[in-house]
Amino acid sequence: MNSSHGKHLTNPAPVIVFLLVATIWHFVVVLFKIPPIILPGPIAVANALWQERMVLLKASWITLQAAAVGLLCSAIFGSLIAVVFSQSSLLRIALYPYVIFLQTVPIVAIAPLLIIWSGNNFRTIVLVATIISIFPVIANVTSGLLSINENLRELFQMQSASRWQTLTKLRIPAAIPQLVLGLRVSSGLSVIGAIVAEFFVGNSGEYDGLGTIMTSRQANLKTAELIAALMACTCLGIILFGLVNLLSATLLRRWTRHSGFESDK
Amino acid sequence: MGPTLLEANSPIAESAQPIISCNAVRLAFGTKANAQTVLNDLSLAVYQGQIVSLLGPSGCGKSTLLRVIAGLIEADEGSVMVDGAKVARQMPRAAREKMSFVFQEPALLPWRTVWQNVMLPSQLRGVQQQTKVKDLVEHLLGLVGFQRSDWSKFPSQLSGGMKMRASIARAMSTQPTILLLDEPFAALDDMLRSKLNDLLLTIASEQKCTMLFVTHNISEAIYLSDAIAVMSQGRIAERLKVPFAFPRQASLRSTPEFAAYYGQVATSLARGHS
Repeated sequence: MNSSHGKHLTNPAPVIVFLLVATIWHFVVVLFKIPPIILPGPIAVANALWQERMVLLKASWITLQAAAVGLLCSAIFGSLIAVVFSQSSLLRIALYPYVIFLQTVPIVAIAPLLIIWSGNNFRTIVLVATIISIFPVIANVTSGLLSINENLRELFQMQSASRWQTLTKLRIPAAIPQLVLGLRVSSGLSVIGAIVAEFFVGNSGEYDGLGTIMTSRQANLKTAELIAALMACTCLGIILFGLVNLLSATLLRRWTRHSGFESDK
Repeated sequence: MGPTLLEANSPIAESAQPIISCNAVRLAFGTKANAQTVLNDLSLAVYQGQIVSLLGPSGCGKSTLLRVIAGLIEADEGSVMVDGAKVARQMPRAAREKMSFVFQEPALLPWRTVWQNVMLPSQLRGVQQQTKVKDLVEHLLGLVGFQRSDWSKFPSQLSGGMKMRASIARAMSTQPTILLLDEPFAALDDMLRSKLNDLLLTIASEQKCTMLFVTHNISEAIYLSDAIAVMSQGRIAERLKVPFAFPRQASLRSTPEFAAYYGQVATSLARGHS
């Protein structure tokens, strides 16, 4: 969202850490003669990654779509729920405990249920990704809509602004930074949600995401391929997080612009 | 106790009705058991065209009084009348729209440009004559010192002084009869403060509006006002008529008469405080 993020991207330190960890990993595997079924070395994993690249790419694309649609649903429905909460304290008090339930529900426990209801399909994966990633949006946007600067509220009150005007011209724009903050947390959660749901969808051939690939590799004790899929998951999380950051940089341009201070004449 | 009369400079005003009148206003914050009196049987009258400063130490209730007059906070007892209308939280639009408020902080919307910020009040009021408003806003932005090229800047690109100038232009954009100012320059340095004091006097004489100005800066209170209401512990402790004629120049501040009057006001302030 600001230039320091750009600087992080060009810094070689993370690459050095990666190489260091891979080297240690390699020597640990060789020195302790760890069987590849337990822990394959980095070279074996790199091999698996290369051989499975088309399968992984295709699966990653499907999972990315599911996670992204889930995140989008969280953004839309989470914000709508937050708007409702900001307008009615009665509804907020009545429903907030159930929103917290969304956050604390063990997704592993309800995913099988959702599959029974909704089927072995993309829709179910999106549903699970949404359920797991909606809470940070609701919580952040609600607080953003409600914690309006006192003077700004009075400014609107002085103009006899209607509830609708105050919502659309003050509360919603003021809550945009909070929405972005919520989406950053949610982006990681939506990937987790999609993959966890894919574990349960199973390898039926109807749907092939990263999670389904992982369960099938695990069942066949293809550990190197499993780790390769794991890496794809990580990349996916980073990509979605990056997309959200890009979005936030665009959305928050006005809130964070700090160029050339004009001195007072 | 009747309204505390503040003599106006103009002879017409003395016979006229006050434009702002507070009568035996009481207000307490907190629970009944643990009530903290903020305004204690306060009465005040301000006449059309006057600039009156409410001077007092922090916590004496001057900002609260300003909000009661604006109808942002409702008094527990007593009455507040503005231009013949009774002030309340739910008051007629027309009555409230005669007033404008300048806050202690600039209170600009960070996602709107300077121009959009100054246009906001007219937008919220649904003012129909767009060209008339635009002409006025253009004029005001020039008056407060904005170059045309700065109109499209966002608040984050402005210095504290420029933000406050935009905030003043916004307050004037609805052509208020009454301008209420809540320590608007408290966060600015002395140089900037005196520049903005001059700006405020220019605006007051040009736009012919009544001003009620809250401050704890004695020099500012004297320089700006027709009259000073010294506030202490929730009431007007003393009212002073400022003996300097308008228009005033910055050089007035360095005259011995100003210094002597400063001493007099400081003494009243200390008296009210003890």
